[in-house]
Amino acid sequence: MEAAMGLMRRIPPKHTETALSALLSLLPEHSSDLLSQVDQPLQVLCDMESGKEFILCEYNRDADSYRSPWSNKYHPPLEDAPQPSLELRKLEVEANEVFAIYRDQYYEGGISSVYMWEDENEGFVACFLIKKDGSKTGHGRRGYLEEGAWDAIHVIEVGPEEEEIVQYCLTSTVMLTLTTDNESSGSFNLSGSIRRQMSMKLSVSEGHLCNMGKMIEEMEGKLRNSLDQVYFGKTNEMVCTLRPPTELVQMKLPDA
Amino acid sequence: MLEEDEDFLESETQLTDDQKIEIAKWFLLNAPAGEIQYVAKDVRAILKDENIYKKAAEESFPSYNKSHLICLEFPNRSGDVLITSFSEVDKDEYLDPRTAQVARVDHVKQVCKDVRPARDEELPSAFVEEYRSAMDAEIMKYVSETYPKGICSVYCTKGKDVEEPGFDFELVVVISAARHSPQNFCNGSWRSIWNIEFKDEIQSVEVRGEMQVGAHYFEEGNVQLDAKHECKDTTLIQSPDDSAISLVNIIRHHETEYLASLQTSYLKLPDTTFKDLRRKLPVTRTLFPWHNTAQFSLTRDIEKELGIGK
Repeated sequence: MEAAMGLMRRIPPKHTETALSALLSLLPEHSSDLLSQVDQPLQVLCDMESGKEFILCEYNRDADSYRSPWSNKYHPPLEDAPQPSLELRKLEVEANEVFAIYRDQYYEGGISSVYMWEDENEGFVACFLIKKDGSKTGHGRRGYLEEGAWDAIHVIEVGPEEEEIVQYCLTSTVMLTLTTDNESSGSFNLSGSIRRQMSMKLSVSEGHLCNMGKMIEEMEGKLRNSLDQVYFGKTNEMVCTLRPPTELVQMKLPDA
Repeated sequence: MLEEDEDFLESETQLTDDQKIEIAKWFLLNAPAGEIQYVAKDVRAILKDENIYKKAAEESFPSYNKSHLICLEFPNRSGDVLITSFSEVDKDEYLDPRTAQVARVDHVKQVCKDVRPARDEELPSAFVEEYRSAMDAEIMKYVSETYPKGICSVYCTKGKDVEEPGFDFELVVVISAARHSPQNFCNGSWRSIWNIEFKDEIQSVEVRGEMQVGAHYFEEGNVQLDAKHECKDTTLIQSPDDSAISLVNIIRHHETEYLASLQTSYLKLPDTTFKDLRRKLPVTRTLFPWHNTAQFSLTRDIEKELGIGK
């Protein structure tokens, strides 16, 4: 298992899906560990009843069916499949509506889904998912990307309420790949995946959705920033170590 | 009945040795620059079968070494040899034209075992060698000025027996610069291959370049750059020394331009390219009003009542 995780840190993130299925076939005895520890690009299904797309993950799956957050029905239909309690379903419906607006404001497109379920210790777990195709043939507003995918997975464990205070544990993963391609500069692809955690004790006076939403917004901002500044920056630094661009400066001097 | 089902399931999931070898090879060949030994260690641990691992390693290391243009030091430390498909004399023998030596390598260990002088038939004619060595001298100068850790070599890949003007021949320039700093969770490589065809009939030299840059940063994450570019140019056939100078100028020009375009791609990221995936701030330019989400359902209700909206 350690070796499998080691490989996942090295194989190009754009090949995550292939790598995961290869590991699953080599290590069938570790399949549940692999599926829970390796995040893979999100898949989408269309809810025929509402005509809206929803995201598939381990948290809305039972056997080979997935529950849609829009109609609350399993696709393909499944009898006796688990459902959240009525109260939790109400919060789930509200979370899906609000999160769709949040998603539209930050992503200008994309698909989102929120799933909730009770856990053993009086609290519940919520999973917020976003999938955005930012390529020019997808939802890329500006049309710069030949290929561009952003998948975000936020899982929040919400503890039981104790004197109006609740503990929230958030684990977030972002996977992305972006490619630009043109004749003068060739193909340029950056792909990556990072995962971070964050815990907070918050008062429930503003409501669970407000607390969870703020944490996710903060975390997404941090992840985007560290991908942009730190991770992409480090690969750029590496390019400049391999071939320092001083020559450019020297060449431009005579003109100036 | 149940038992039969289980048997069937088992045979479905049980991989044959050949399938395991194919999977192991896929992992090895997809190792980032400088990381195949780490990948090999993990693959070996997962396979738990030395024979399968050995077979996969033997089949993938040679192609990985050649496509990554890795550089191995001679055992007597008298120089290095680049592992490329252009310098391959035999599957574990690689020519170093600069020292006219052939290195025998162990692909899986990635070491050079011994060297022998190259045989005459492995080297180009005196006429071609004049062009090759002039090119080698110029490109070495350029690489030492440009790449802090660059290694280069010039091979004759076609027409090495041409002994006088009047015939075509082809040289290939290979530049390889790699940086491995696992302690900083960072590895990278720059590889360029320049095909240079001397066409006697039209008295011109056709140049085709292929540059590939990779970088991997993996501190608490896994982010990789994979960039490629191809270009073409031509010049006239001149004396060996003059040809070398103008060809290296062409190479310098294209490589410098390519590096500049890579920098531009990086500069464009934060505000243009990345924005198509996710904006830094919402379209409203203020943080999302989580404390007041009731306004959304209110707006929706009004829209519904007025019959506008979706």
